[in-house]
Amino acid sequence: MAKHATPLLDQLESGPWPSFVSDIKQEAASRAKNEKGIDYQIPVDACEDLLGVMELSYVHKRTHWKHGGIVGVFGYGGGVIGRYCDQPEMFPGVAHFHTIRVNQPGGKFYTTEYLRQLCDLWELRGSGLTNMHGSTGDIVFIGTTTPQLEEIFFELTHNLNQDLGGSGSNLRTPSDCIGEARCEYACYDTQALCYALTMEYQDELHRPAFPYKFKFKFDGCPNCCVASIARSDMSFIGVWKDAIKIDQKAVQAYIGGELKPNAGAHAGRDWGKFDIQKEVLDLCPTKCMWMEGGKLVIDDKECNHCMHCINVMPRALRIGDDRGLAILVGAKAPILDGAQMGSLLVPFIKVEDPYDEIKEVIENIWDWWMEEGKNRERLGELIKRQGFQKLLEVTGIDPMPQHVQEPRHNPYIFWKEEEVPGGWQRDIKEFRKYHQR
Amino acid sequence: MAFISSGYNPDKPMEDRITDIGPRHYEEFYPPIIKANKGKWLYHEILEPGVYVHVSETGAEVYTVRVGGARLMTVTHIREICEIADKYCGGYLRFTTRNNIEFLTDSKDKAYALKADLEGRKFAGGSYKFPVGGTGAGITNIVHTQGWVHCHTPATDASGPVKATMDVLFDDFKNMRLPAHLRVSLACCLNMCGAVHCSDIAILGFHRKPPMQDHEYLDKMCEIPLAVAACPTAAIRPAKVEYEGKTYNSVAVKQERCMFCGNCYTMCPSMPLADTDGDGIVLMVGGKVSNRISRPTFSKVVVAFIPNETPRWPTTTATIKKIVDVYAANANKYERLGEWAERIGWERFFEKCELPFTHHLIDDFRDPAYYTWRHTTQFKF
Ligand code: HEM
Ligand code: HEM
Ligand code: SF4
Ligand code: SF4
Ligand code: SF4
Ligand code: SF4
Repeated sequence: MAKHATPLLDQLESGPWPSFVSDIKQEAASRAKNEKGIDYQIPVDACEDLLGVMELSYVHKRTHWKHGGIVGVFGYGGGVIGRYCDQPEMFPGVAHFHTIRVNQPGGKFYTTEYLRQLCDLWELRGSGLTNMHGSTGDIVFIGTTTPQLEEIFFELTHNLNQDLGGSGSNLRTPSDCIGEARCEYACYDTQALCYALTMEYQDELHRPAFPYKFKFKFDGCPNCCVASIARSDMSFIGVWKDAIKIDQKAVQAYIGGELKPNAGAHAGRDWGKFDIQKEVLDLCPTKCMWMEGGKLVIDDKECNHCMHCINVMPRALRIGDDRGLAILVGAKAPILDGAQMGSLLVPFIKVEDPYDEIKEVIENIWDWWMEEGKNRERLGELIKRQGFQKLLEVTGIDPMPQHVQEPRHNPYIFWKEEEVPGGWQRDIKEFRKYHQR
Repeated sequence: MAFISSGYNPDKPMEDRITDIGPRHYEEFYPPIIKANKGKWLYHEILEPGVYVHVSETGAEVYTVRVGGARLMTVTHIREICEIADKYCGGYLRFTTRNNIEFLTDSKDKAYALKADLEGRKFAGGSYKFPVGGTGAGITNIVHTQGWVHCHTPATDASGPVKATMDVLFDDFKNMRLPAHLRVSLACCLNMCGAVHCSDIAILGFHRKPPMQDHEYLDKMCEIPLAVAACPTAAIRPAKVEYEGKTYNSVAVKQERCMFCGNCYTMCPSMPLADTDGDGIVLMVGGKVSNRISRPTFSKVVVAFIPNETPRWPTTTATIKKIVDVYAANANKYERLGEWAERIGWERFFEKCELPFTHHLIDDFRDPAYYTWRHTTQFKF
């Protein structure tokens, strides 16, 4: 018999998509039965009370969670988010229900051994509920009490060789696409770079010193599978500089119909015979490819690396060999002044361990942002406030046409004093010699 | 319940303390076939919805079975996932950015046996535990945020609307009939933990009432200057307020200036703004993050408000379904939802999707608004 009746939530158990309600119920039942005889360290009925408080939200159509108070582990400013229920008498099992962010491994690959260790820990010391994964990328443990925090951290670090992730005004847990691990489009090793920078900047990750949150995300190519361009203060997107490699035989196999376009992604409908003119050449945004004597020709200098042709004919076309990444900066969600997309700062940089060139860009930006950024001002907002030219100045990067979609519309050009011959200080007396009042 | 110590000593917190070790190294978790072929992949092919193969220049093949799931999952569920991965995948698996689970195997036969096993598993309530799909020109898992399960600022739930929407879109999770892939995302408030502002279809929780003020407690609970500074539209100012016969240091809100962002509430819990009737959902469409063909773009608001219809949000899901179907029937191959809308023009988009156009859809927020008005006589009737 369930502890709380949940007639509204129960309606979310039907339908084909996996039901989180059914899943929580199975956890609630497992805790109630406690077949393994676990000495649960937070209330046994946490899951049941969570269902109860959710049901109440479904009635009120409002959340019943309060502000996170300040909780955390000793010496860290991030990784734990405090959470308290605003109906603790009705739902004591979730009165204190903090979140723990655990830094996920690159590419989100796991062994079952490790996952089970996480499960054992979280069953004993938490609610048994997780997010796999949170929007930022971390493994998210939902629901524990304050006395458990240090114990969980101790176990993670001592037994699982595993650290917390980031929260608060610091570097958030960096995350990456699967990249070279299983993607033929990857222009660099996203996992290696993500890991290296995560390790390099552990201090920034755990001890908030920034004006606000800061996010790194790593995409192996312009397809942007982790949406780095839209949701990270610095996005690292793989690109190549030289020619797209062409296998003419495979091109013919696509034309002839032996190979399915777009790796079979359109198999759910009959789109008719593959038409390379219509589906590839005409859709190329720069119109830099054509057929000549039965062969596909690409004017690579004009290609803008949009990925379309490669996506359509993955067996015929491959990214070039001169590979690296582009850095875009300042993306953020709409709050406060509207959404911002990442802006291109570095069109191309080689990705070579120990990544010194990349770190230099990062650290120059941080120095500026920490000096000039207002409390709760994201990098993108600072760039807007002080201007892209200021960003170029602090990073020592030369302006180039790649930095703009088009040159400025207005001629209200701010010249600096040192840029104008003779400076700005002039002598009015000298002027008046030649101009009457 | 007896307190179990794992070894941490609160009297000597620094003793044996291990910090700043970061995540486990990714290579520990690579399946052997991945480790051996990393960086050598030649091409991939989708064999059927949810099943694909990657072929390496070494000749090795890795078969992946992709499974959708609720991102909120319990340890019991994760253990079941582990059991499956042990049985078919040598104890390895991975998750995708959009909260799918991927099981990797080295043979086609194993992949199909795995698929059959996965699709046979159901929750007691009747839903699939591990539906296979979400590849190619279809709809994959909805990335989403915490909602009423765990956050303090949501204007709608996350897991509930996502479950209801995926039930409605399930056929397109299992099929690849769309002109291009279509990404649906949900954020339960304007903070948008995630990139819903750049999704083909975005479900966004939104408040419509300015904050209340808990005058009695405000000064005690909050730093008034922080609350004042938090407001992006300068709607809040410090004020002495008469409340039930007493004078308090509190704040006043110029209500017509409020755009309901909830920043003040984040800084000051004495300014709650959630409301049964005020809160609901905004639908946005046409965003994308990929650079393919056209550049990355923001989503645009096409429905300014839908109430929170618990527990299954029928208006929201029906509207989404309609947009998906009209897009599927009309767009060209490879054309993303936003590219299609731009090609036919937004006036036509609203007509075809049978969505009413209201004054709320004309931007009136600061500078960016201007760039969304029409500055040409090139329009359609
Ligand atoms: C003492 C100050 C100014 C005077 C006496 C003045 C006078 C004029 C006159 C007589 C015209 C021509 C109107 C026509 O087409 O018949 C004009 C046009 C214009 N003025 Fe001014 N103006 C002044 C300041 C400014 C300023 C400060 C700006 C911009 C910041 C400005 C922007 C323009 C523009 C853009 C036009 C052209 C509009 C068009 O033809 O599209 N003016 N002004
Ligand atoms: C006290 C205030 C806040 C709390 C407690 C909070 C809580 C959270 C939580 C729990 C997540 C992770 C959600 C998940 O993993 O699904 C998150 C992520 C995020 N939050 Fe907040 N949030 C707060 C304020 C804000 C504000 C003011 C903004 C924007 C101005 C914001 C933007 C985001 C974004 C963009 C993400 C993650 C996006 C990503 O990495 O993909 N949050 N926040
Ligand atoms: S972003 Fe590019 S490299 Fe990374 S997984 Fe996506 S397609 Fe592959
Ligand atoms: S990548 Fe894009 S721009 Fe370059 S040739 Fe292919 S379709 Fe054209
Ligand atoms: S989107 Fe808003 S309500 Fe939802 S989890 Fe993020 S901060 Fe909380
Ligand atoms: S909700 Fe936002 S706009 Fe409204 S008063 Fe609060 S901070 Fe200001």
